[in-house]
Amino acid sequence: MNIETYEDVFNRLKARKEGALIPFIVAGDPDFETSIKIVKTFVENGADALEIGFPFSDPVADGPTVQLADIRALNSGMTTKRGFEFIRSVRKFTDIPIGILTYYNLIYKMGLDEFYKTAKESGANAILAADLPPEEAKDALEVAEKHGVQQIFMAAQTTSNERLQEILEMCSGFLYVVAVMGITGARDELKISTVELIERIKAHSEIPIAVGFGISRPEHVREVITAGADGAIVASAILNIITENLNNKEKVLQKIGKFCKELKEATKVNL
Amino acid sequence: MILDGKFGKYGGVFVPELLIPALEELERAFLKFKDDKKFNEELEYYLREFAGRPTPLYHARNLSEKLGCKIYLKREDLLHTGAHKINNTLGQGLLAKYMGKTRLIAETGAGQHGIATAVIGSLLQIPTEVYMGSEDVERQKLNVFRMELSGAKVIPVENGSKTLKDAINDAFRDWVSSADTTHYLIGSTMGPHPYPMMVKHFQKVIGKETKADILEKEGKLPDAVIACVGGGSNSMGIFSEFIDDKEVNLIGAEGGGEGLDGKHGATISAGTEGILHGSLSFVLQNDHGQIAEAHSISAGLDYPGVGPEHAFLSSEGRAEYYPVTNEEALRGFKLLSEYEGILPALESSHAVGMAEKYARKNKGKTIVINLSGRGDKDVDILAKLMGVNL
Repeated sequence: MNIETYEDVFNRLKARKEGALIPFIVAGDPDFETSIKIVKTFVENGADALEIGFPFSDPVADGPTVQLADIRALNSGMTTKRGFEFIRSVRKFTDIPIGILTYYNLIYKMGLDEFYKTAKESGANAILAADLPPEEAKDALEVAEKHGVQQIFMAAQTTSNERLQEILEMCSGFLYVVAVMGITGARDELKISTVELIERIKAHSEIPIAVGFGISRPEHVREVITAGADGAIVASAILNIITENLNNKEKVLQKIGKFCKELKEATKVNL
Repeated sequence: MILDGKFGKYGGVFVPELLIPALEELERAFLKFKDDKKFNEELEYYLREFAGRPTPLYHARNLSEKLGCKIYLKREDLLHTGAHKINNTLGQGLLAKYMGKTRLIAETGAGQHGIATAVIGSLLQIPTEVYMGSEDVERQKLNVFRMELSGAKVIPVENGSKTLKDAINDAFRDWVSSADTTHYLIGSTMGPHPYPMMVKHFQKVIGKETKADILEKEGKLPDAVIACVGGGSNSMGIFSEFIDDKEVNLIGAEGGGEGLDGKHGATISAGTEGILHGSLSFVLQNDHGQIAEAHSISAGLDYPGVGPEHAFLSSEGRAEYYPVTNEEALRGFKLLSEYEGILPALESSHAVGMAEKYARKNKGKTIVINLSGRGDKDVDILAKLMGVNL
C-alpha cells in the first residue's frame, strides 16, 4: 500500500490546473457493504480524496441530511471499531487520501492514543473532529504527531485573522473552510463572503484549502476552485441521493457515479 | 477565550469553529457586565420586584418531626413562573439586551426553563423561540400553552429521542447560523464555557440567601445541603456558597429512574467521562461513545449529561451524588404534600426523597433542601400515576 498524501494530490492537481473533488460518506450508511460500494463509485468517478464520517448520536454541527445518515449507519451496527474496518476495506482498492470526520466524544471514549494509532494502521491520513477547536486540541495534536496522522481544523467567515493564524499553525493536510454560516446541508447558492474568505486565507497561508458545507452543485465546485480553493467537499447532496433511493441500491450507485463525474468535471476550471 | 472554562479537567469549549466567536463575544460581555453597577442594579430590581426574591428559608416542622432531623426548605418554588430557572433567565436575558441581541432562543425539557425564558422575552420585549423535544411537547402540553401565551414560539424537535438533549442539539444548530443577532439562553450549568460559569453566577443568589438565613436562624451552618441534579443549576446555585465550608455535606440527588439496572438519568452515579453539548463532563453513553437516552419521571432530570463543575466536585469528593428512583421521588412528593401542604416539582421531589434517605442514617442533623420548583406542572403526570381522572 502506497498511500498518497494530501500534499501529493494537491500538487499533482495544481500542475494540471484542477481542484480536488472530495466526496463524503458516513461509514455504514445505509449499511457497511453498500457504503463500501459507494466509496468505490466515488473513486471510479473522479474522487481525488475521501472524507469518511464516523457517525455520532448528537452531531450538532450537522443538518438533518447528515444526521439521518448517522442514524442509518448507527442502526446498521456501525461502531468506531467497524469504522476502522471500513477504512481498511477502502484501502484495498484505493491509495487516495482519506480523512476521518467525526465528533470528539468518539475519540475520547476510545482513548486518544488508541484512536489515532488505529486510524494510522487502518490507512487514514487525517482526522477532523467537528467539535474540537484549537483551544481543546493540545492532546489530540500530540498523539496525531506521535502516530503520523494529520490534524485538520475548520475556519469560518467569523474566524478573525488572529485566530486564523493560530488555526493555520496547528492544521496540517488541508484547512477545511466552512462555506456557510450554519450547519451542513445542501444550499442553492454560494455566498460572496465564501469567496472573500478563500481570498483572505490564501493571503495568510500556503496550506491547501478545501471548502465544504453547502457545496451541492457542479457550479458551486467550479466557483470555489476558481476563487482559489484547492478542493471542494461535497456531502449532503450525495447523502440526499442515498436518502431518496433507499429501496434501490443500484440506482444509488448509478446516480452517485453520474453526480461525481459532473462534480469532477467542474474542478477542471481551465478546460 | 479569556478564560479556559475548566473545573479541574472538566468543562471547556468543545464546539464547532463557527460558534467560537459567539462564545468569545458572550464571555467578554459577561465578564464586563457581571461587575457593572447599572447592570446589577437592574438585575436586582427585576429579581426583587418581578421574580419575588428573596425567597424564604422555611423551617418545615412537621417534616422535621417525621424524619427526625431539623429540615429547612429553600422556597425557590415561590418564585414567579414557579422555579429557580427565573434567576438565570433574568440574568442572561438582561445580558442579551445589554449585548444588543434581538432574539432569544432556549431549550426546554419539562418546560420550566422555556416558560422562564418566554416570560423574560415578554418582559424585555425580545422575540423568543423555544426548542422542545416533541415527546416533551406531548407530555407538557400545559407548559407549551403557557409559553405561547407569553408570546414565545415553541418549536417541536423530532430528532433523536425527541427529548431535552435533542432540543439542545437543535438550539445549538440554530445558534450556529444566527449568533450575530441571537442569544442562546442555556438553562443550566452545562454547555460550553462561559455557560457553566455564567449560569452558576446567576444562581448563586440561592446559596447567598440560604447561608445568611440559616446563620440567622440557627447560628451555625447546616450539616447537609441537598438539591436535585439534572444539568445542575439549582444545586450549583445553592452549593456555591458552601463549597469552602468543608463541614457542610453537599448532596446531589440524580434522576435514578427505574434504578441503575433499568432506565435512568443518574449521570454522575452511573455515567462515564465524555463530551456532550460543548463540555467534558460525565455522560450516559455506550461503549462506543454514542450518547444514551436518559429516563426520569421528571422531565427536568431526563438528561444524559451534567454540568462540568458537578463532575469536578464529585471527582474531588467535595460533593456526593446519589441516584433517587422514581419511586423514592414520588414518596418525597407525598411526604412534602401531606406533611407540609407544599406540592414540590417532581425534580425537587428527588431532593426530598434524598433527604428522607439521609435522615434515616443521620438523626438530629440540620438539613437544607433546595425546593427548586413547585409541582403544579406535574399534577397531570401524578394523577395518571395514581389512576385519577382529572
